[in-house]
Amino acid sequence: MSALLPERFADLEPFAAKWCLPTEHERYGMRLASTTEEMQAFYDAVVPRAEEAMAHLEGLAFDALPEDATNLLHLLYSMVQVSFPVEVWRQPRVPDSGSSSFDCLVEPVP
Amino acid sequence: MPRFPKPPEGSWTQHYPELGTDPVSYEDSITPGFYEREKEAIFKRAWLNVGRVEQLPRKGSYFTKDVDAAHASIIVLRDRQGQVRAFHNICRHRGNKLVWSDDPKQDTAGFCRQFTCKYHGWRYGLDGALTFIQQEGEFFDVDKSRNGLAPVHCDVWAGFIFVNFAREPEQSLREFLGPMVTALDGYPFEKQTARFGYSTTIHANWKLYMDAFAEFYHAPVLHAKQSPEKYSTAAQQAGFEAPHYQIDGPHRMVSTSGVRFWEMDTELVKPMEILTRSGLFGPWEQIGLGEMPPGVNPAKCDPWGLDSFQLFPNFVILIWSQGWYLAYHYWPTSYNTHVFEGNVYFVPATGVRERIAQEMAAVTFKEFALQDSNTLEATQMMLETRYIDRFHLNDQEILCRHLHKVVGEWVDDHEGARK
Repeated sequence: MSALLPERFADLEPFAAKWCLPTEHERYGMRLASTTEEMQAFYDAVVPRAEEAMAHLEGLAFDALPEDATNLLHLLYSMVQVSFPVEVWRQPRVPDSGSSSFDCLVEPVP
Repeated sequence: MPRFPKPPEGSWTQHYPELGTDPVSYEDSITPGFYEREKEAIFKRAWLNVGRVEQLPRKGSYFTKDVDAAHASIIVLRDRQGQVRAFHNICRHRGNKLVWSDDPKQDTAGFCRQFTCKYHGWRYGLDGALTFIQQEGEFFDVDKSRNGLAPVHCDVWAGFIFVNFAREPEQSLREFLGPMVTALDGYPFEKQTARFGYSTTIHANWKLYMDAFAEFYHAPVLHAKQSPEKYSTAAQQAGFEAPHYQIDGPHRMVSTSGVRFWEMDTELVKPMEILTRSGLFGPWEQIGLGEMPPGVNPAKCDPWGLDSFQLFPNFVILIWSQGWYLAYHYWPTSYNTHVFEGNVYFVPATGVRERIAQEMAAVTFKEFALQDSNTLEATQMMLETRYIDRFHLNDQEILCRHLHKVVGEWVDDHEGARK
Protein backbone atom coordinates (compact mmCIF):
# COMPACT_ATOMS: atom_id res chain seq x y z
CA MET A 1 0.00 0.00 0.00
CA SER A 2 1.35 3.44 -0.88
CA ALA A 3 1.98 5.95 1.90
CA LEU A 4 -0.79 8.40 2.81
CA LEU A 5 1.45 10.89 4.62
CA PRO A 6 4.55 12.86 3.58
CA GLU A 7 7.70 10.74 3.96
CA ARG A 8 8.96 12.75 6.95
CA PHE A 9 5.94 11.53 8.90
CA ALA A 10 6.33 7.83 8.08
CA ASP A 11 6.24 7.06 11.82
CA LEU A 12 2.58 8.19 11.87
CA GLU A 13 1.66 6.00 8.91
CA PRO A 14 0.23 3.19 11.15
CA PHE A 15 -2.47 5.68 12.28
CA ALA A 16 -3.14 7.21 8.88
CA ALA A 17 -5.67 4.78 7.44
CA LYS A 18 -7.86 5.10 10.53
CA TRP A 19 -7.54 8.82 11.30
CA CYS A 20 -6.94 10.68 8.00
CA LEU A 21 -10.64 11.47 7.67
CA PRO A 22 -11.86 14.48 5.68
CA THR A 23 -15.06 15.32 7.59
CA GLU A 24 -15.95 16.09 11.19
CA HIS A 25 -18.77 13.57 10.92
CA GLU A 26 -16.26 10.79 10.17
CA ARG A 27 -13.73 11.93 12.78
CA TYR A 28 -16.34 12.19 15.52
CA GLY A 29 -17.79 8.81 14.49
CA MET A 30 -14.33 7.21 14.64
CA ARG A 31 -13.84 8.69 18.09
CA LEU A 32 -17.07 7.13 19.36
CA ALA A 33 -16.09 3.81 17.75
CA SER A 34 -12.66 3.76 19.46
CA THR A 35 -11.52 2.81 22.94
CA THR A 36 -9.69 5.28 25.16
CA GLU A 37 -6.58 3.09 24.86
CA GLU A 38 -6.65 3.27 21.04
CA MET A 39 -7.04 7.04 21.18
CA GLN A 40 -4.32 7.35 23.80
CA ALA A 41 -1.88 5.46 21.51
CA PHE A 42 -2.74 7.74 18.57
CA TYR A 43 -2.52 10.85 20.76
CA ASP A 44 0.87 9.81 22.20
CA ALA A 45 2.25 9.27 18.72
CA VAL A 46 0.91 12.40 17.02
CA VAL A 47 1.23 15.10 19.70
CA PRO A 48 5.07 15.10 19.79
CA ARG A 49 5.06 15.46 15.97
CA ALA A 50 2.34 18.12 15.78
CA GLU A 51 4.62 21.15 15.87
CA GLU A 52 6.78 19.72 13.07
CA ALA A 53 3.66 18.77 11.10
CA MET A 54 2.28 22.33 11.34
CA ALA A 55 5.67 23.75 10.33
CA HIS A 56 5.75 21.38 7.34
CA LEU A 57 2.25 22.43 6.25
CA GLU A 58 3.10 26.09 6.71
CA GLY A 59 5.77 25.70 4.05
CA LEU A 60 3.10 24.82 1.46
CA ALA A 61 0.39 26.91 -0.18
CA PHE A 62 -2.64 26.43 2.11
CA ASP A 63 -5.15 26.72 -0.72
CA ALA A 64 -3.37 24.09 -2.86
CA LEU A 65 -2.15 21.40 -0.48
CA PRO A 66 -1.03 18.16 -2.18
CA GLU A 67 -2.86 15.00 -1.18
CA ASP A 68 -0.34 13.75 1.38
CA ALA A 69 -0.30 17.16 3.09
CA THR A 70 -4.11 17.25 3.15
CA ASN A 71 -4.03 13.83 4.80
CA LEU A 72 -1.59 15.16 7.39
CA LEU A 73 -3.92 18.09 8.08
CA HIS A 74 -6.86 15.71 8.53
CA LEU A 75 -4.71 13.68 10.93
CA LEU A 76 -4.16 16.84 12.98
CA TYR A 77 -7.92 17.50 13.02
CA SER A 78 -8.34 13.95 14.39
CA MET A 79 -5.70 14.75 17.02
CA VAL A 80 -7.88 17.69 18.15
CA GLN A 81 -10.91 15.38 18.14
CA VAL A 82 -9.34 12.66 20.35
CA SER A 83 -7.67 15.12 22.73
CA PHE A 84 -10.95 15.69 24.59
CA PRO A 85 -11.44 12.09 25.75
CA VAL A 86 -7.71 11.51 26.23
CA GLU A 87 -6.90 14.64 28.22
CA VAL A 88 -9.94 14.90 30.45
CA TRP A 89 -12.81 12.44 30.23
CA ARG A 90 -11.25 8.98 29.73
CA GLN A 91 -14.34 8.03 27.71
CA PRO A 92 -15.25 8.68 24.05
CA ARG A 93 -18.34 10.85 24.75
CA VAL A 94 -18.45 14.05 26.75
CA PRO A 95 -19.89 13.21 30.22
CA ASP A 96 -23.60 13.85 30.79
CA SER A 97 -24.46 14.01 27.11
CA GLY A 98 -26.61 10.84 27.10
CA SER A 99 -28.21 10.24 23.74
CA SER A 100 -27.89 13.80 22.44
CA SER A 101 -26.30 14.39 19.06
CA PHE A 102 -25.03 17.44 17.24
CA ASP A 103 -24.41 16.79 13.57
CA CYS A 104 -21.87 18.82 11.63
CA LEU A 105 -23.38 19.48 8.19
CA VAL A 106 -20.96 22.09 6.82
CA GLU A 107 -17.29 22.81 7.56
CA PRO A 108 -14.49 24.77 5.92
CA VAL A 109 -12.39 22.86 3.35
CA PRO A 110 -9.55 22.12 3.85
CA MET B 1 -19.63 41.73 47.14
CA PRO B 2 -20.40 41.62 43.44
CA ARG B 3 -17.31 41.48 41.20
CA PHE B 4 -18.86 43.97 38.82
CA PRO B 5 -20.93 47.02 39.73
CA LYS B 6 -24.69 46.54 39.55
CA PRO B 7 -27.16 49.25 38.51
CA PRO B 8 -28.22 51.76 41.20
CA GLU B 9 -31.45 49.81 41.87
CA GLY B 10 -29.25 47.08 43.39
CA SER B 11 -29.65 44.43 40.68
CA TRP B 12 -29.97 44.08 36.92
CA THR B 13 -33.44 42.59 37.35
CA GLN B 14 -34.70 45.53 39.43
CA HIS B 15 -33.15 47.92 36.91
CA TYR B 16 -35.95 46.64 34.63
CA PRO B 17 -38.80 46.77 37.19
CA GLU B 18 -41.42 45.41 34.78
CA LEU B 19 -39.68 42.01 35.06
CA GLY B 20 -40.44 41.58 38.77
CA THR B 21 -38.42 39.24 40.97
CA ASP B 22 -41.03 36.55 41.73
CA PRO B 23 -40.56 32.88 40.91
CA VAL B 24 -41.67 32.10 37.35
CA SER B 25 -43.88 29.49 35.72
CA TYR B 26 -42.80 27.45 32.68
CA GLU B 27 -46.38 26.56 31.80
CA ASP B 28 -45.62 28.30 28.47
CA SER B 29 -43.11 25.52 27.71
CA ILE B 30 -45.13 22.41 28.59
CA THR B 31 -48.57 23.13 27.16
CA PRO B 32 -49.46 21.96 23.63
CA GLY B 33 -52.19 24.61 23.36
CA PHE B 34 -49.79 27.40 24.21
CA TYR B 35 -47.53 26.43 21.32
CA GLU B 36 -50.48 26.80 18.96
CA ARG B 37 -51.02 30.32 20.36
CA GLU B 38 -47.31 31.15 19.95
CA LYS B 39 -47.49 30.14 16.29
CA GLU B 40 -50.20 32.71 15.58
CA ALA B 41 -49.02 35.44 17.91
CA ILE B 42 -45.26 35.20 17.45
CA PHE B 43 -44.02 33.12 14.53
CA LYS B 44 -46.62 34.52 12.11
CA ARG B 45 -46.00 38.12 13.30
CA ALA B 46 -42.32 38.61 14.15
CA TRP B 47 -39.44 39.02 11.70
CA LEU B 48 -37.63 35.66 11.51
CA ASN B 49 -34.05 35.20 10.37
CA VAL B 50 -33.89 32.39 7.80
CA GLY B 51 -30.31 32.67 6.56
CA ARG B 52 -27.51 34.87 5.30
CA VAL B 53 -26.92 36.54 1.95
CA GLU B 54 -23.77 34.41 1.41
CA GLN B 55 -26.16 31.45 0.91
CA LEU B 56 -27.35 33.26 -2.24
CA PRO B 57 -24.03 34.00 -3.98
CA ARG B 58 -25.43 34.92 -7.43
CA LYS B 59 -28.55 35.75 -9.40
CA GLY B 60 -30.73 32.63 -9.47
CA SER B 61 -29.34 31.16 -6.23
CA TYR B 62 -32.08 29.89 -3.96
CA PHE B 63 -32.73 27.86 -0.82
CA THR B 64 -35.92 26.52 0.70
CA LYS B 65 -36.85 26.74 4.36
CA ASP B 66 -39.62 24.96 6.21
CA VAL B 67 -40.83 27.02 9.15
CA ASP B 68 -43.08 24.65 11.04
CA ALA B 69 -43.95 27.24 13.70
CA ALA B 70 -45.45 29.50 11.02
CA HIS B 71 -46.88 26.49 9.17
CA ALA B 72 -44.95 27.61 6.11
CA SER B 73 -42.43 26.50 3.56
CA ILE B 74 -40.70 29.20 1.57
CA ILE B 75 -38.28 29.73 -1.29
CA VAL B 76 -35.66 32.42 -0.65
CA LEU B 77 -33.82 33.56 -3.78
CA ARG B 78 -31.73 36.21 -5.45
CA ASP B 79 -33.60 37.59 -8.47
CA ARG B 80 -32.25 38.94 -11.77
CA GLN B 81 -31.76 42.40 -10.25
CA GLY B 82 -29.73 40.90 -7.38
CA GLN B 83 -32.56 41.49 -4.91
CA VAL B 84 -33.23 38.91 -2.16
CA ARG B 85 -36.87 37.81 -2.24
CA ALA B 86 -39.05 35.16 -0.61
CA PHE B 87 -42.14 33.30 -1.82
CA HIS B 88 -44.38 30.60 -0.45
CA ASN B 89 -43.15 27.33 -1.91
CA ILE B 90 -46.51 26.35 -3.40
CA CYS B 91 -47.57 25.92 -7.01
CA ARG B 92 -50.64 27.91 -8.00
CA HIS B 93 -52.07 25.01 -9.97
CA ARG B 94 -52.81 22.11 -7.60
CA GLY B 95 -50.92 23.20 -4.50
CA ASN B 96 -47.85 21.00 -4.91
CA LYS B 97 -44.68 22.00 -3.10
CA LEU B 98 -42.85 23.74 -5.93
CA VAL B 99 -39.16 23.31 -5.06
CA TRP B 100 -37.80 20.18 -3.42
CA SER B 101 -35.31 17.47 -4.27
CA ASP B 102 -35.84 13.81 -3.53
CA ASP B 103 -37.52 14.21 -0.14
CA PRO B 104 -40.18 16.96 0.04
CA LYS B 105 -39.73 17.14 3.82
CA GLN B 106 -36.08 18.20 3.49
CA ASP B 107 -34.86 21.71 2.71
CA THR B 108 -32.85 22.13 -0.45
CA ALA B 109 -30.69 24.74 -2.18
CA GLY B 110 -29.33 25.39 -5.65
CA PHE B 111 -29.26 27.65 -8.67
CA CYS B 112 -31.78 28.06 -11.48
CA ARG B 113 -33.21 30.47 -14.07
CA GLN B 114 -36.83 29.53 -13.33
CA PHE B 115 -38.82 27.10 -11.19
CA THR B 116 -40.77 24.28 -12.84
CA CYS B 117 -43.36 22.36 -10.85
CA LYS B 118 -42.59 18.62 -10.79
CA TYR B 119 -46.28 17.79 -11.02
CA HIS B 120 -47.65 19.39 -14.23
CA GLY B 121 -44.80 21.61 -15.37
CA TRP B 122 -46.09 25.09 -14.53
CA ARG B 123 -43.16 27.53 -14.55
CA TYR B 124 -42.34 30.63 -12.52
CA GLY B 125 -39.66 33.27 -13.03
CA LEU B 126 -37.27 34.49 -10.33
CA ASP B 127 -39.65 37.43 -9.80
CA GLY B 128 -42.38 34.91 -8.92
CA ALA B 129 -44.34 35.53 -12.14
CA LEU B 130 -46.18 32.59 -13.67
CA THR B 131 -44.56 32.26 -17.09
CA PHE B 132 -45.82 28.96 -18.51
CA ILE B 133 -48.87 26.76 -18.19
CA GLN B 134 -48.69 23.29 -19.74
CA GLN B 135 -51.58 22.98 -22.28
CA GLU B 136 -52.79 26.44 -21.37
CA GLY B 137 -55.68 26.19 -23.84
CA GLU B 138 -57.32 23.48 -21.72
CA PHE B 139 -57.84 25.89 -18.82
CA PHE B 140 -60.70 28.28 -18.16
CA ASP B 141 -59.84 31.96 -17.81
CA VAL B 142 -56.52 31.68 -15.96
CA ASP B 143 -54.91 35.12 -15.94
CA LYS B 144 -51.17 34.36 -15.71
CA SER B 145 -50.41 37.90 -14.57
CA ARG B 146 -52.54 37.34 -11.45
CA ASN B 147 -51.22 33.90 -10.56
CA GLY B 148 -47.61 34.39 -9.65
CA LEU B 149 -46.07 32.85 -6.53
CA ALA B 150 -47.41 34.24 -3.27
CA PRO B 151 -44.77 36.63 -1.90
CA VAL B 152 -43.50 36.65 1.68
CA HIS B 153 -42.29 39.90 3.26
CA CYS B 154 -38.51 39.75 3.11
CA ASP B 155 -35.77 42.18 4.13
CA VAL B 156 -32.05 42.07 4.84
CA TRP B 157 -30.15 43.53 7.78
CA ALA B 158 -26.34 43.17 8.09
CA GLY B 159 -26.45 40.32 5.58
CA PHE B 160 -29.06 38.41 7.62
CA ILE B 161 -32.19 37.56 5.61
CA PHE B 162 -35.43 37.99 7.55
CA VAL B 163 -39.00 37.09 6.56
CA ASN B 164 -42.33 38.03 8.07
CA PHE B 165 -45.47 35.95 7.54
CA ALA B 166 -47.95 38.65 8.53
CA ARG B 167 -50.20 39.97 5.78
CA GLU B 168 -48.78 43.40 6.63
CA PRO B 169 -45.94 43.47 9.20
CA GLU B 170 -46.68 45.83 12.08
CA GLN B 171 -43.11 47.19 11.95
CA SER B 172 -40.37 47.43 9.36
CA LEU B 173 -37.42 45.10 10.00
CA ARG B 174 -35.24 47.96 11.31
CA GLU B 175 -37.99 49.19 13.63
CA PHE B 176 -38.47 45.64 14.88
CA LEU B 177 -34.74 45.17 15.53
CA GLY B 178 -34.53 48.45 17.43
CA PRO B 179 -31.53 50.55 18.47
CA MET B 180 -29.63 47.94 20.52
CA VAL B 181 -29.44 45.42 17.69
CA THR B 182 -28.99 47.87 14.81
CA ALA B 183 -26.05 49.40 16.69
CA LEU B 184 -24.22 46.29 15.40
CA ASP B 185 -24.37 47.85 11.89
CA GLY B 186 -20.86 47.76 10.50
CA TYR B 187 -19.71 44.64 12.35
CA PRO B 188 -17.96 42.61 9.62
CA PHE B 189 -20.27 39.58 9.47
CA GLU B 190 -19.64 39.49 5.71
CA LYS B 191 -15.92 38.81 6.15
CA GLN B 192 -16.56 35.75 8.32
CA THR B 193 -17.63 33.24 5.71
CA ALA B 194 -15.82 30.09 6.89
CA ARG B 195 -18.66 28.19 8.53
CA PHE B 196 -19.04 25.12 10.71
CA GLY B 197 -22.78 24.34 10.64
CA TYR B 198 -24.47 21.98 13.10
CA SER B 199 -28.03 20.81 13.57
CA THR B 200 -29.88 18.62 16.03
CA THR B 201 -33.40 17.81 17.17
CA ILE B 202 -33.95 18.66 20.83
CA HIS B 203 -36.70 17.08 22.91
CA ALA B 204 -37.50 20.24 24.78
CA ASN B 205 -39.45 23.44 24.24
CA TRP B 206 -37.55 26.01 22.16
CA LYS B 207 -37.60 28.60 24.97
CA LEU B 208 -35.83 26.26 27.38
CA TYR B 209 -32.82 26.13 25.04
CA MET B 210 -32.97 29.92 24.59
CA ASP B 211 -32.84 30.08 28.40
CA ALA B 212 -29.86 27.72 28.53
CA PHE B 213 -27.75 30.02 26.36
CA ALA B 214 -29.19 33.19 27.94
CA GLU B 215 -27.36 32.65 31.22
CA PHE B 216 -23.83 31.53 32.07
CA TYR B 217 -24.64 30.83 35.73
CA HIS B 218 -24.73 27.15 34.66
CA ALA B 219 -21.33 27.13 32.99
CA PRO B 220 -18.95 26.41 35.92
CA VAL B 221 -21.24 23.58 37.10
CA LEU B 222 -22.72 21.84 34.06
CA HIS B 223 -19.48 22.14 32.07
CA ALA B 224 -17.07 21.43 34.94
CA LYS B 225 -15.89 18.19 33.34
CA GLN B 226 -14.74 20.02 30.19
CA SER B 227 -11.67 21.46 31.91
CA PRO B 228 -8.73 20.29 34.02
CA GLU B 229 -9.87 19.77 37.61
CA LYS B 230 -7.89 22.68 38.99
CA TYR B 231 -9.58 25.12 36.60
CA SER B 232 -13.06 23.66 37.21
CA THR B 233 -12.67 23.92 40.97
CA ALA B 234 -11.53 27.53 40.77
CA ALA B 235 -14.31 28.42 38.31
CA GLN B 236 -16.98 26.85 40.50
CA GLN B 237 -15.71 28.61 43.62
CA ALA B 238 -15.72 31.95 41.80
CA GLY B 239 -19.18 31.41 40.28
CA PHE B 240 -20.37 33.45 37.32
CA GLU B 241 -21.13 37.14 37.11
CA ALA B 242 -21.65 39.17 33.96
CA PRO B 243 -20.47 42.75 33.87
CA HIS B 244 -23.37 43.94 31.72
CA TYR B 245 -26.96 43.12 30.75
CA GLN B 246 -29.22 45.11 28.46
CA ILE B 247 -32.84 44.82 27.33
CA ASP B 248 -34.36 46.65 24.37
CA GLY B 249 -37.98 45.89 23.48
CA PRO B 250 -38.34 42.15 22.88
CA HIS B 251 -34.55 41.70 22.43
CA ARG B 252 -31.88 41.23 25.11
CA MET B 253 -28.11 40.91 25.46
CA VAL B 254 -25.36 40.02 27.92
CA SER B 255 -21.66 40.88 27.85
CA THR B 256 -19.18 38.68 29.69
CA SER B 257 -15.65 39.38 30.77
CA GLY B 258 -12.70 37.80 28.99
CA VAL B 259 -10.34 35.11 30.22
CA ARG B 260 -6.66 35.32 29.28
CA PHE B 261 -6.00 31.58 28.96
CA TRP B 262 -2.58 32.25 27.44
CA GLU B 263 -1.44 33.89 30.67
CA MET B 264 -2.64 31.01 32.85
CA ASP B 265 -0.69 28.34 34.64
CA THR B 266 -0.39 25.26 32.38
CA GLU B 267 -2.19 23.11 34.97
CA LEU B 268 -5.34 25.19 34.37
CA VAL B 269 -5.37 24.74 30.60
CA LYS B 270 -5.65 21.57 28.51
CA PRO B 271 -2.48 20.51 26.63
CA MET B 272 -4.38 20.63 23.31
CA GLU B 273 -5.42 24.23 24.01
CA ILE B 274 -1.75 25.13 24.42
CA LEU B 275 -0.77 23.19 21.30
CA THR B 276 -3.49 24.70 19.09
CA ARG B 277 -3.56 28.06 20.92
CA SER B 278 -7.36 27.92 20.96
CA GLY B 279 -10.32 26.73 22.99
CA LEU B 280 -13.86 27.63 24.04
CA PHE B 281 -13.30 31.37 23.76
CA GLY B 282 -11.76 30.92 20.32
CA PRO B 283 -8.30 31.28 18.83
CA TRP B 284 -5.87 32.88 21.29
CA GLU B 285 -4.43 35.01 18.49
CA GLN B 286 -7.07 37.70 18.18
CA ILE B 287 -8.35 38.08 14.64
CA GLY B 288 -8.13 41.71 13.55
CA LEU B 289 -11.54 42.83 12.32
CA GLY B 290 -10.90 46.57 12.50
CA GLU B 291 -12.79 49.09 14.59
CA MET B 292 -15.94 47.76 16.21
CA PRO B 293 -19.31 49.53 15.89
CA PRO B 294 -20.78 51.00 19.13
CA GLY B 295 -23.24 48.11 19.53
CA VAL B 296 -20.39 45.66 20.17
CA ASN B 297 -19.33 45.49 23.84
CA PRO B 298 -21.64 48.46 24.58
CA ALA B 299 -20.52 48.81 28.22
CA LYS B 300 -16.83 48.74 27.18
CA CYS B 301 -16.00 45.81 29.45
CA ASP B 302 -12.27 45.18 29.76
CA PRO B 303 -11.22 42.42 29.54
CA TRP B 304 -14.22 41.61 27.37
CA GLY B 305 -15.21 38.03 26.46
CA LEU B 306 -18.36 38.00 24.38
CA ASP B 307 -21.70 39.64 23.61
CA SER B 308 -24.70 37.36 23.28
CA PHE B 309 -27.56 39.14 21.50
CA GLN B 310 -30.88 37.34 21.73
CA LEU B 311 -33.11 38.56 18.94
CA PHE B 312 -36.78 37.88 19.48
CA PRO B 313 -38.10 35.33 18.95
CA ASN B 314 -35.60 32.57 18.15
CA PHE B 315 -32.28 33.95 16.87
CA VAL B 316 -29.02 34.53 18.74
CA ILE B 317 -25.89 36.32 17.52
CA LEU B 318 -22.92 35.70 19.80
CA ILE B 319 -19.88 37.87 19.09
CA TRP B 320 -16.56 36.81 20.63
CA SER B 321 -13.87 39.34 21.48
CA GLN B 322 -11.31 37.12 19.73
CA GLY B 323 -12.83 37.94 16.33
CA TRP B 324 -15.38 35.26 15.44
CA TYR B 325 -19.10 34.77 15.96
CA LEU B 326 -21.83 32.19 16.46
CA ALA B 327 -25.43 32.19 15.25
CA TYR B 328 -28.10 30.03 16.87
CA HIS B 329 -31.62 29.31 15.67
CA TYR B 330 -34.30 27.47 17.62
CA TRP B 331 -37.05 26.23 15.28
CA PRO B 332 -40.01 24.80 17.19
CA THR B 333 -41.61 21.66 15.76
CA SER B 334 -44.03 20.99 18.64
CA TYR B 335 -44.54 22.20 22.21
CA ASN B 336 -41.74 19.92 23.41
CA THR B 337 -39.45 19.51 20.39
CA HIS B 338 -37.41 21.86 18.26
CA VAL B 339 -34.57 21.84 15.77
CA PHE B 340 -31.49 23.67 17.01
CA GLU B 341 -29.09 25.03 14.42
CA GLY B 342 -25.69 26.31 15.51
CA ASN B 343 -23.31 28.02 13.10
CA VAL B 344 -19.72 28.94 13.89
CA TYR B 345 -18.28 31.66 11.65
CA PHE B 346 -14.64 32.65 11.09
CA VAL B 347 -12.69 34.76 8.64
CA PRO B 348 -11.46 32.08 6.19
CA ALA B 349 -8.09 30.75 7.38
CA THR B 350 -5.12 31.52 5.17
CA GLY B 351 -2.71 29.23 7.01
CA VAL B 352 -2.60 25.92 8.79
CA ARG B 353 -2.19 27.23 12.35
CA GLU B 354 -5.20 29.52 12.00
CA ARG B 355 -7.27 26.67 10.58
CA ILE B 356 -6.30 24.26 13.36
CA ALA B 357 -7.17 26.91 15.96
CA GLN B 358 -10.60 27.17 14.30
CA GLU B 359 -10.99 23.38 14.41
CA MET B 360 -10.21 23.39 18.14
CA ALA B 361 -12.74 26.16 18.83
CA ALA B 362 -15.46 24.45 16.76
CA VAL B 363 -14.94 21.02 18.34
CA THR B 364 -14.99 22.60 21.82
CA PHE B 365 -18.22 24.43 20.99
CA LYS B 366 -19.83 21.13 19.97
CA GLU B 367 -18.81 19.35 23.18
CA PHE B 368 -20.34 22.10 25.33
CA ALA B 369 -23.51 22.13 23.23
CA LEU B 370 -23.90 18.35 23.65
CA GLN B 371 -23.99 18.77 27.43
CA ASP B 372 -26.46 21.64 27.17
CA SER B 373 -28.79 19.68 24.85
CA ASN B 374 -28.94 16.65 27.08
CA THR B 375 -29.76 18.70 30.16
CA LEU B 376 -32.72 20.28 28.38
CA GLU B 377 -34.45 16.97 27.88
CA ALA B 378 -34.10 16.30 31.59
CA THR B 379 -35.66 19.70 32.34
CA GLN B 380 -38.57 19.27 29.90
CA MET B 381 -39.34 15.83 31.29
CA MET B 382 -39.62 17.05 34.87
CA LEU B 383 -41.44 20.32 34.13
CA GLU B 384 -44.11 18.24 32.41
CA THR B 385 -44.77 16.31 35.64
CA ARG B 386 -46.23 19.60 37.00
CA TYR B 387 -45.60 18.66 40.63
CA ILE B 388 -43.80 21.99 41.02
CA ASP B 389 -45.00 25.00 39.09
CA ARG B 390 -42.95 28.00 40.29
CA PHE B 391 -39.20 28.32 39.89
CA HIS B 392 -36.60 30.78 41.17
CA LEU B 393 -34.41 32.86 38.85
CA ASN B 394 -31.40 34.84 40.09
CA ASP B 395 -30.04 38.14 38.82
CA GLN B 396 -27.68 36.38 36.37
CA GLU B 397 -30.77 34.75 34.84
CA ILE B 398 -32.51 38.04 34.06
CA LEU B 399 -32.63 37.28 30.35
CA CYS B 400 -34.58 34.03 30.89
CA ARG B 401 -37.14 36.03 32.87
CA HIS B 402 -37.39 38.54 30.03
CA LEU B 403 -37.90 35.96 27.26
CA HIS B 404 -40.86 34.27 28.97
CA LYS B 405 -42.36 37.64 29.82
CA VAL B 406 -42.12 38.90 26.23
CA VAL B 407 -43.57 35.66 24.84
CA GLY B 408 -46.55 36.03 27.17
CA GLU B 409 -47.01 39.66 26.18
CA TRP B 410 -46.93 38.94 22.44
CA VAL B 411 -49.55 36.21 22.89
CA ASP B 412 -51.76 38.45 25.06
CA ASP B 413 -51.39 41.44 22.71
CA HIS B 414 -52.30 39.39 19.69
CA GLU B 415 -55.29 37.71 21.32
CA GLY B 416 -56.41 40.98 22.94
CA ALA B 417 -56.31 42.73 19.59
CA ARG B 418 -58.48 40.04 18.05
CA LYS B 419 -61.19 40.35 20.70
